[in-house]
Amino acid sequence: MAETRAFEDDAPIETSKRSEKVRLATDMLVEAKGDSLLARSVTINRDRNELYGLWRNFNNLTSFMENVEQIELIDDLRSHWVVKAPGGRTVEWTSTITEELEGELIAWASEEGADVPNSGRIEFRDAGARGTVVTATILYDPPAGVVGKLIAKMFQREPAIQARRDLRRFKQLMETGEIATGARNRRLQDEGKN
Amino acid sequence: MRALTWHGKHDVRMDTVDDPEILNPRDAIIKVTSTAICGSDLHLYDGYIPTMQAGDILGHEFMGEVVETGPRSTLQVGQRVVVPFTIACGSCYHCGKHQFSACDNGLPADNQDIAQTAYGQPMSGLFGYSHMTGGYSGGQAEYVRVPFSDVGPIVIPDGVDDDKVLFLSDILPTGWMAAENAQIEKGDIVAVWGCGPVGLFAIQSAFLMGADRVIAIDHFPKRLELARQFGAETVNFEESKTYEALMEMTGGIGPDACIDAVGLEAHGLFVDNVIDQIKASTFLGTDRTHAIRQAIIACRKGGRVSMPAVYGGFVDKFPLGALMEKGLTLKTGQTHVQHYMPALLNAVMEDKIDTTFLISHRLPLEQAPEGYRLFHDEQNEATKIVLKAGLQMPQVA
Repeated sequence: MAETRAFEDDAPIETSKRSEKVRLATDMLVEAKGDSLLARSVTINRDRNELYGLWRNFNNLTSFMENVEQIELIDDLRSHWVVKAPGGRTVEWTSTITEELEGELIAWASEEGADVPNSGRIEFRDAGARGTVVTATILYDPPAGVVGKLIAKMFQREPAIQARRDLRRFKQLMETGEIATGARNRRLQDEGKN
Repeated sequence: MRALTWHGKHDVRMDTVDDPEILNPRDAIIKVTSTAICGSDLHLYDGYIPTMQAGDILGHEFMGEVVETGPRSTLQVGQRVVVPFTIACGSCYHCGKHQFSACDNGLPADNQDIAQTAYGQPMSGLFGYSHMTGGYSGGQAEYVRVPFSDVGPIVIPDGVDDDKVLFLSDILPTGWMAAENAQIEKGDIVAVWGCGPVGLFAIQSAFLMGADRVIAIDHFPKRLELARQFGAETVNFEESKTYEALMEMTGGIGPDACIDAVGLEAHGLFVDNVIDQIKASTFLGTDRTHAIRQAIIACRKGGRVSMPAVYGGFVDKFPLGALMEKGLTLKTGQTHVQHYMPALLNAVMEDKIDTTFLISHRLPLEQAPEGYRLFHDEQNEATKIVLKAGLQMPQVA
């Protein structure tokens, strides 16, 4: 077969059709704690440092991360996470910040013994008049492999879906001061009806 | 409270449901005094819009009195307001450009997925118009929870009758934006397909923007008569061949601008329409699109096509070649209501635009299901149906 040289385009790595390339590039980006990659970007009409500041205070994350039940700060770099899982269960891990650039980047990796090993980074980049592009890149090891991922997806706890929705709720909170709901009243909201 | 709820195709009912509450800081609760049935409500009534659930409260054209406000609402209890049908935050990038119907934050995050899959990016929320647009309870009810009440609703001065301003909620801005999207130049000949409320407001708007002549196309005599009252020439597509008539009426050139105010349930026994209808009923296609096809074919070279009409899905037999070869401009979109409300309220107050002519029926809210049946079955007589709180006896204008 004739060798064709691949044209290296400018698209983000997570959109590559070549799984090899995704894996290699991801390993360079984040400490590998699993082989399921997801990355999501959202543009938020707010100052980069304001967004970074809110995110870096992990206590704030539960207000828009729907599946996160609790984040306990152990010290400045370490935190313990309790996250909802399918079937009314929870999964837990302790996470350490592995790299940090004020106003730009937070990278983390889970410690040994995590129910769902995971690592990733959240980046904040200026986007001129549009505000700031926030990109989350997450590597994780699904609890029961492919089957677990499928089950999680059925319960809409699939991390890719959750990450996109969490980022959108973060955007809503930062841009409008509240998180949109289509519910008519408290009862319907508690029942999760939109 | 009492509310008009959807239960399936041609099945809407008055139900007793629990009241709305303030959930977010910028919310307000509105006690509805007047609400209208929109032509696009008939798409829900006919079962063309997916992601509806039994019990959903319909209605996106409404106004009323503020009865409760969240801590960040700028409204005051007792104020009378008209509510835009598009739910927009006022603070995202798109709202900043006054593209309110493209608001990033009007849709709850969980409801954005299906719109993203269908359209590439999610749009703003809408009242009473399926779960793809947020699942918000609509205005054909006694009370409504109105999000982003600090940027959406417009306050109406005391002493102005509801009927005069109610249509600021949707159809008046929609007709105006339709004419604006047609980029009308002084001396233009404009053709308008569909003399429903949006078409009739587009006709008035086109003249205000400097059109020399407007040609109105429909098949309901009463609607064509209303168009004529506003100075339009008329083409009844059951009596005359539309394309041929338009070509002859424009000296063989074609209209400078064409406005499709018909949408996905076009009437008429045209070959493409019948095929569309069969496809829609067998789910091979979703939209009946005779009007937009004809608008593109009739439009003069280098002209403009504006499409306020609602479409939801996919079409084929679309005259893409004519669009390209003739160098047409096509503009469309859900209305950026919040952008147009203040200027149009002034136009109404100064009597530059007449809105009340449209109302053929005023019914108590309790008779909403009858209103839907009337609007659906009697399209010649029922030009616009307004539902009123506290109105006891049926009354015909």
